Amino acid sequence: MTPSDDRGAERRAGPKRPALARETLLAIIGALALVLCAWAIPWLKFVLTIALAKGIAVLGILLLLRAGQVSFGHSMFLAVGAYTVAFVAPGTPEVLLLLPLAALLAAALGLVIGLFVVRYRDIFFGMLNLALSMVIYSLLEKMYAVTHGTDGIRVAGLTFAGQRLEREVQEWAMFGIALTLAVGFGLLVRAYLGSPMGRALAGIKTRETRLEFMGLSARLVLLFAYVLSALMGGVGGALVAMTSRHVTPQLAYWTSSGELVFIAILGGAGSALGPFLGATAFELVRVYAAAAVADAWQMILGGVLLVVILFAPGGVWGILSSKLKGRGA
Amino acid sequence: MSTPPVTAPLLSAKGLRLAFGGVKAADGIDLDVMPGEFLAIIGPNGAGKTTFINMSTGYLRPQAGSIEFDGQPILGLKPRAIVRRGIGRSFQLPQLFTEHTVLENAALAVASRLGPWSPLTPLLRPAWREEAMDLLERFGLAQVAESRADTLNEGARKLADIAMAVALQPRLLLMDEPTSGVAAAEKMQIVETLVRVLRQSGVTAVFVEHDMDVVARFADRVAVWSQGRIAALGPPAQVLADPVVQRDVIGISTHA
Ligand SMILES: Nc1ncnc2c1ncn2[C@@H]1O[C@H](COP(=O)(O)OP(=O)(O)OP(=O)(O)O)[C@@H](O)[C@H]1O
Ligand SMILES: [Mg+2]
Repeated sequence: MTPSDDRGAERRAGPKRPALARETLLAIIGALALVLCAWAIPWLKFVLTIALAKGIAVLGILLLLRAGQVSFGHSMFLAVGAYTVAFVAPGTPEVLLLLPLAALLAAALGLVIGLFVVRYRDIFFGMLNLALSMVIYSLLEKMYAVTHGTDGIRVAGLTFAGQRLEREVQEWAMFGIALTLAVGFGLLVRAYLGSPMGRALAGIKTRETRLEFMGLSARLVLLFAYVLSALMGGVGGALVAMTSRHVTPQLAYWTSSGELVFIAILGGAGSALGPFLGATAFELVRVYAAAAVADAWQMILGGVLLVVILFAPGGVWGILSSKLKGRGA
Repeated sequence: MSTPPVTAPLLSAKGLRLAFGGVKAADGIDLDVMPGEFLAIIGPNGAGKTTFINMSTGYLRPQAGSIEFDGQPILGLKPRAIVRRGIGRSFQLPQLFTEHTVLENAALAVASRLGPWSPLTPLLRPAWREEAMDLLERFGLAQVAESRADTLNEGARKLADIAMAVALQPRLLLMDEPTSGVAAAEKMQIVETLVRVLRQSGVTAVFVEHDMDVVARFADRVAVWSQGRIAALGPPAQVLADPVVQRDVIGISTHA
């Protein structure tokens, strides 16, 4: 291909094509690798399902990061999704109903809280989210009669499209659902970020005034992202509850929110793949580091994050995509 | 000039007052902008020129006075509501989305005029992309369409900033110093491009300008700002020749 051909193609397709191709390639490789790992090392299925669930929630953190905002309370939406499953499963054990219900309730809470927090930016935005998540945490902890406090609730037996599955099959089913939803939400977020809505969202970070002078409401733009991020948080939380079969208020604690931000930075905010790369890396490091050095795994995770921030600010996604670019993919 | 038919002003400001502490940034501004005209605003730094634009676009609210656009009061409306009614503005410091390309900036402006949109519609879908590309071509920015906005030189940045305002198809465009910071050699060319585009689209324009050559050549009328007041108003030949204006405004302005 001559250089002029190349430019012609770029003008028609837009300059982002090579990046999109890398993203797609990496996503396919990643999904295959996950399936292979889950198949080769059966006990990893659980860890990887949790990683995918958290990755979906972290997609929401990524949206807010695009607007330059960091929520330190995002795990409240995970908790809403998870407790929805725990409360409703005894009456309605159907996974295919529980998931949309959890998504809906989390999005509804996201709308209520969002209407309030999108008026604020930066540290105020982050802290307000933190404060509200701590309110939810204490409600879950203190309302013992309903939530069993810190003991939490065991999730009742679930059905999949009406079927009760035996344990091994159910693990595969959860893994498959998580992977499917991860791909679905990943594509959704990618399309959203490339739409005027997503571009305007990024505009909040750099030129909020200009948005208003284009006739757009910056708050509305941010609110949409916030509700979508809450919805994905709810889905992530529901998957965590269905997989771990136990929910506790810890899900809403501020350290859980910090973990989501940690994963977002570890994975990299440059792509919708970042959250999944980050979540997988996070869960694997946690499992293996905890097995190797028991008490020091947090130190190892901290070390990993420090290295990422200092030497690879684009996160795992940044490292992998530049590797692929180097090979001319 | 033959007697023009009596037309209503497009923008009509009456008795605008706004003080910041002791500083009177607007001290009784009365100004009618007629449809189709190019009105230049000149005056020394701190005279209140930007303040007037900020009040007319809903960014600042005057403490007294009224503003009508096309016969409708617009005081108290939010900037985005005023934009939707047809007043566009560009900025003294260009407000581009720096991490996006020039094309994406323009397409976003086009899309926001044509919105609301589904969150799944790509920004660079053919219709928006073509209109944005067309706009950039008219502004002579086609070569830098794929460059990130923060890599442009000052002249191109100013033009891109104005192009985004024009993409919204305003009837009145308020431009705050479209040529400040632009190299002298480029200046005339930039203004020529601008004036051509605006005349083609029939936009009424108000522009703040420090360069008297630009004013003399392109303005239909000149308003001289001084300490929050309009000190003189009229055709450039007459206003710029006024010895008081020459001493108090042009003398100071050229030092700016
Ligand atoms: N938001 C604000 N808060 C406080 N003071 C302000 C504000 N905006 C403007 N001023 C003051 O009002 C006066 C007029 O400012 P303005 O920016 O309108 O001047 P200008 O004519 O645009 O000047 P320049 O040629 O330097 O751009 C100045 O003294 C300025 O310091
Ligand atoms: Mg000014």
